[in-house]
Amino acid sequence: MTDDPLGMTDDPLTLDANAVAGMLHEVFGTEMTAQASQCAHCGNRALLGTLRVYDMDGPGVVLRCSTCTEIVIRLVRRPDGSFLVDARGAAYIRF
Amino acid sequence: MNHVLGWQVATLKAIKEETPNVKTFSLTLENWIQHRPGQHYDIRLTAPDGYQAQRSYSIASEPERSGEIDLTVERLEEGEVSSYLHDVLVPGDQIEVRGPIGGYFVWDGSSAGPLLLVAGGSGIVPLMAIVRYRARVGSRAPCTLLYSSRTSADIIYGAELNELAARDDGLRVIHTLTREQPPGWTGYTRRIDATMLGEVLGATGNQATVFVCGPTPLVEAAATGLVGLGLAPSQVRTERFGPSGG
Repeated sequence: MTDDPLGMTDDPLTLDANAVAGMLHEVFGTEMTAQASQCAHCGNRALLGTLRVYDMDGPGVVLRCSTCTEIVIRLVRRPDGSFLVDARGAAYIRF
Repeated sequence: MNHVLGWQVATLKAIKEETPNVKTFSLTLENWIQHRPGQHYDIRLTAPDGYQAQRSYSIASEPERSGEIDLTVERLEEGEVSSYLHDVLVPGDQIEVRGPIGGYFVWDGSSAGPLLLVAGGSGIVPLMAIVRYRARVGSRAPCTLLYSSRTSADIIYGAELNELAARDDGLRVIHTLTREQPPGWTGYTRRIDATMLGEVLGATGNQATVFVCGPTPLVEAAATGLVGLGLAPSQVRTERFGPSGG
């Protein structure tokens, strides 16, 4: 099926990017879940809506590739209200 | 959707009890923007001490109702926001909302191909917006809704779904009741699995565009089952609600 060394895909707590769609819209200034991206790790091309969100506690959100589970995007909301975006896990995001 | 996403105050117009644990909240919005079927709103509550809780709730109503949205919310035992909405909020009260949000888990009839909607529990809500929209615009796209509930008393929008399915416009509604069934029940009695999906897809074949929404385990099982039946992953759109409500 998929390479899932952390056994995350069966976790009932797993969400997807729809759960953070409002935050993504706020950060990028436009609707993002229907935008295309490519995972920098495995090359999987998919819409951002397919990315998995495993942990929404704390100030950060991690979105992982649905195929290889590596991190594609990390978002952190800082105390001053600004956002930190680490998109090194994305070869590209088209929007 | 390129609108600027900001918080606004919504006023509660009416509450409708759908099932013992599920209510629909009709909200009027001053800065209403027409939504697309499948989208959601975020609700934010702020306590007197400044503590904030925020949750997302799918829009149940079709886009044609100007100025208003219906959010159908299941009351979760441990739910900070859902218990407030169910237990405290009364018509006339105001809450902060943000939306409409989303774009991936959306169907707005642009494809005329067959549609398969797979719902588990409160996952029916965004799919009901699609069903209502489809009926409202007179779409002839064949549409099958496979809807999993614990008991018949837990079926949300049951009467309306019966009425829509009876219109003979290409909508099929198939229920599975997983915990308890009424006397004489001849339908499915188990959780959604690949065999069930194969039977339901049947005539549609694997040309369908599929939307799956509900508790994460149901969504995972359905999506895996559908891909196993030969659908491409890009044909299957999913929205996970996390652990089931109980």
